[in-house]
Amino acid sequence: MATEHELNATSYIQHHLTFKAQAVGDHPFWTLYVDSLVVGLVLGVVATALLWWVVRGATSGVPNKRQAFVELLFGFVDDQVKGIFHGKRDFIAPTALTVLVWVLLMNAMDFLPADIMAWILTHVFHQEEFRIVPTADVNTTFALSISVLLLSIYFAIAVKGLRGWIHELFCAPFGAHPVLWPFNFLFNMVEYISKPLSHSLRLYGNMYAGEIIFLLLWLWAATSLSGAFFGAILGVGWSIFHILIVVLQAYIFMMLTIVYISMAQESH
Amino acid sequence: MNINLTLIAQAISFALFILFTVKFVWPPLMRAIEERQKQIADGLAAGEEGKQQLEASGKLASEELGKARARAAEIIAHAEKRGLQMIEEAKISAKAEGDRLVAGAKSEIQQEVSSAKEGLREQVAALVVSGAEKILQREINAQAHADLLNQLKREL
Repeated sequence: MATEHELNATSYIQHHLTFKAQAVGDHPFWTLYVDSLVVGLVLGVVATALLWWVVRGATSGVPNKRQAFVELLFGFVDDQVKGIFHGKRDFIAPTALTVLVWVLLMNAMDFLPADIMAWILTHVFHQEEFRIVPTADVNTTFALSISVLLLSIYFAIAVKGLRGWIHELFCAPFGAHPVLWPFNFLFNMVEYISKPLSHSLRLYGNMYAGEIIFLLLWLWAATSLSGAFFGAILGVGWSIFHILIVVLQAYIFMMLTIVYISMAQESH
Repeated sequence: MNINLTLIAQAISFALFILFTVKFVWPPLMRAIEERQKQIADGLAAGEEGKQQLEASGKLASEELGKARARAAEIIAHAEKRGLQMIEEAKISAKAEGDRLVAGAKSEIQQEVSSAKEGLREQVAALVVSGAEKILQREINAQAHADLLNQLKREL
C-alpha cells in the first residue's frame, strides 16, 4: 500500500482505481490515461510481434509446436468467422484475431496480483497510481466497440453503396412508406447506439467487477491473519473463476465483432 | 468512468494492430496452412490412387494366374492324351511286329517242313529205286525211268 495516509477501505480501493492521468488540454476530455494506453500498446505490440515472429518462420511442411499453436489459434478464429460471415475473409478474420488476442491479453492483466504490481510500479517504475487492466477502462472498450461500429458502417456502405445504406436507414425494417421513415430511422439509431454500448459495457463491466472483487478480497486479507488466510483461498477461487470470465469475455467480444460486421453487410 | 482522449488513442492503436495483422500476420500463415492442406489432400489422393492401382494389379495378377493354371491343366491333359495315344500306338506296332515275327517263323517252319519233305521224298525215292533194283535184280536206267520215279515221288 503506497499511500501515505491511514489505510481504510475507501482510500485503498480508490487508490487502486485511479488512472494515471495526463492532461493535454483545458477541457477534461483532453486527458490521456497513460496506464491504459501504455499497457494496451505494450500488450498489443508484444502479441502482434510474437505472432509476426512465428508467422515469418512459418513453413507449409511439418510445423513446430510454436507454429502449430498459432495455427490452432488462426484455425479457431477462421472457423468462427466462417460460420458467421459469408464472403471473403481477408480482412474480417485478421480483425477478429487481433480483437481476440488483444482483449484476451488485456483482460489477463487482471490475474496479476494488484498489490504486488502496485509495489513494483511504485518502487521500480515510480508510478504511484497505475491501473494495469486496460479493459477495465471504458475508454479502451469504447475505443474497440466504436472502431467496430465504424468498420461495420464502412462495410455496409462498401457493400450496399451510400445510397443503399441511407435507403435502408429510412426504409427498413418497417417499410418504405414515407410515414414510416422517422420510425425506421429511430429504430436504426437505437440499434446503432445500443450495439457499441452493449458491446463495450459488457466487457468493461465484467473486468471492472472482477477487479473490484479482487480488491475486496485483498482488503479483507489486510485485516487479520484469518482474513489473509481466507482472503487468499477465496482469491485463488476467484482467480480460477476469473480465467473463465477473461477468456469468455474476449471470445464474446470477438464473436460480437464478427457478428456486427457481417450483419452490416447483409441487407434487410 | 470518464470518457476522454484515451478512447481515440486506443482506437488508433487498435486500428494499427488490425492493419498490421491483416497485412503481415494473417496472409503468410494462411498461405502456409493452405499449402499444407493442399499437400495433405494431394498425399491422400496419391494414396487412394496407389490403393486402386494395387487392387487393379492384384486383379490382373490373379487373372494371369488363372490363365496360367488353365493353360497348365490343358498341357497336362494334352500330355496325358498323347501318352495314352503313344501307348496305344506302341501296343499296335508291337502286335504287328509280333504278328510279323510269328508269320516269318511260320513260313520258315513251312519251308523247313517242305524242304524236309523234299529230302525225305528224295531218300524214299532212292530207297524205292534201290529196292526195286534189288527186286528186279537188274539195273534200271534212272534216266529212262525218271518220269516214272517222279510220278512216284509225287504220289508219296
